[in-house]
Amino acid sequence: MVQLSIIDKLKRSKILDLLQEGKRIDGRALDEIRPLSIDVGVVPNANGSARVRLGDTEVVSGVKVQPDRPFPDMGDKGIFMCTAEILPLAHPSAETGPPQPAVIELARVVDRGIRESGMVDLSQMVLEKDKSVIGVFADNVVTDHDGNLFDACSYSSVAAIMTSKIPKWEMKDDKPVMVEGEVSDAPITTIPVSITMGRIGEFIIVDPNLDEWECLDARITVTTNSDGNIVALQKGGSAGFTFDQLVKCSELSISAGSKIREIIKQATKSTL
Amino acid sequence: MGGREANVVLLDENGIRSDGRKVNETRKVTIKTGVLKNADGSAYIEFGGNKILAGVFGPRDVHPKHMSNPDTGILRVRYHMEPFSVTERKKPAPSRREIEISKVIKEALEPAVMLEQFPRTAVDVFLEVLQADGGTRCAALDAASVALADAGIPMRDLVCACASGKAADTLILDVNNEEDQAGQADMPIGYMPNLGQITLLQLDGVLTPDEFKKCIEIGIEGCKQVYEIQKNSLREKYFSSGDNN
Repeated sequence: MVQLSIIDKLKRSKILDLLQEGKRIDGRALDEIRPLSIDVGVVPNANGSARVRLGDTEVVSGVKVQPDRPFPDMGDKGIFMCTAEILPLAHPSAETGPPQPAVIELARVVDRGIRESGMVDLSQMVLEKDKSVIGVFADNVVTDHDGNLFDACSYSSVAAIMTSKIPKWEMKDDKPVMVEGEVSDAPITTIPVSITMGRIGEFIIVDPNLDEWECLDARITVTTNSDGNIVALQKGGSAGFTFDQLVKCSELSISAGSKIREIIKQATKSTL
Repeated sequence: MGGREANVVLLDENGIRSDGRKVNETRKVTIKTGVLKNADGSAYIEFGGNKILAGVFGPRDVHPKHMSNPDTGILRVRYHMEPFSVTERKKPAPSRREIEISKVIKEALEPAVMLEQFPRTAVDVFLEVLQADGGTRCAALDAASVALADAGIPMRDLVCACASGKAADTLILDVNNEEDQAGQADMPIGYMPNLGQITLLQLDGVLTPDEFKKCIEIGIEGCKQVYEIQKNSLREKYFSSGDNN
C-alpha cells in the first residue's frame, strides 16, 4: 500500500514531468539499468558469497551448503532455499522484528525466480534417496536500500551460487560424513536474471531507484533464463498493466536480462 | 512447485486432460452471493474442487489507529487456509505463502475499489479456504470481488481471475492441482474486464516469450467466463424475482 506523503506527491509530479520529456530523475534512459558491480568470494566462511551494488542499493549474499533431510515428496532432489532480510542499517524505515509482508514477498520472488529456472541441478545433490540430500541455502541481506531490492538480491544470490564450492559427503552408518579437502563446483544449468520494471502513469521504467520506487503505480518482476525464456513473474503494486504493457515488459526483460547476464558471467568467470 | 515426475497422463491423445476437460475449458465454477449474516458482504465460491468463503467488513474504523490514512480508505486482505483444507494438516498460523498471497490479492483488488471515498477507514476482506484444489488464489480473488460488491462498496470494475499455464507441452486454461504439481507452468491472472487492466500476475515455470503472450490471452478469456458467473451470482441475489433473503 503506497501512502504518499506531501514530499512524495511533489516528487511524483516532478518524476512524471521529467518522464514526459523522456528523462528520469537520475538522468537515466527509461530502459537503462543503474551501474551494477558484483564482487564474489567476500565471505570466506560461506561456501559461496557475493556483494552486489546496483546503483546505491547494496546486498550481501552468502550460500551455505550442508546435508539435510529431503522434503517428503522430493526424496530424489536436493534442497534449495533463498531468504532475504532488510537490515536495520539499510534504511531509516527498516525495522527489526517479524518480517513485513513486503519482505516476505521479496524473499519469495527471489527464491521463485532461481528455483523455477532450475539453475541448480538438484538431482545431483542426493546422498541417499529419501534419506539424505545436500541443501543449498542462499541468504541475502540488504545493507543499503535505494530501491529495486528484487533484482539486487537476485543478482547477488545468483553470483554467490555460481561461485559456490560444494563439499563432498559420504554416507557412513546412515549419516553423511564430510570428506575433507574435496570440493566441486555447483551444478549450474542456466543463469536466471530478474528484471524489475515499474509503471508510472503510462511510462514503463526499468530498475526503479528508491525515489521512483516510492511512487510507482505498479511494478513487475520478470525472470528469464539463458535461453531467453521467461521462468517466473510477479506483478505488484496497487494498479494494473494492460496486455500491451506486459508484452513490452517481457521484451524489455529479455533484452536487459541478456546484458546483466554478461556482467554476472564476467564477475563469476563463468563459461556457461 | 513443479518439477515432479508425471505419473499421471496430463493430456491424452485426444487432447483431453486428466480431469476430462479440454485444453481451453475451465473447471465448473459456482458462486453464491450473500451467504453470511454478519459480514457486510460475502460470497462462497466453488471453483472445481476449491471451496472458499469470502467475507467483507467495512468501511469501518481502523484498528490500530496509526494504520489509518487521512487521504483514503485502506484495504486489508487476509487469505487463510484451514488446517483441514489440504491433504496433510496445515498449521493454523499464517504461513509465508499465505502472507504473500494476501498481499498479491490485496494489490489485485485495490485498483478496483474506490477507497478514496472513505478516508480514515478500512475495508477488511477475509478469505477462508475450506478446501484447496489448485488455483486457490484465483478462486479467492473471484469470491473477494463479489463479496466487495455485495457489501455495496463502490468499485470501478469487478476483478475476475483464472490461471493459465502449460502442461504436456500444451498451453492450458485453469490449471488444476495435478497440472500444477506435474505441469510446466502456472500463471494466475487477475483482470478487470471493462478497464482492460491486469491486476494480478504471477508465473511459476518456463514459457517462451511467444507462449507468454498466448498464455495471457488464454487466461483473459478464462477470466471473462468467470466474470459472467460473478455477474450472474450478483444478479441472482439482487435482481431475481420472487423471495430473496
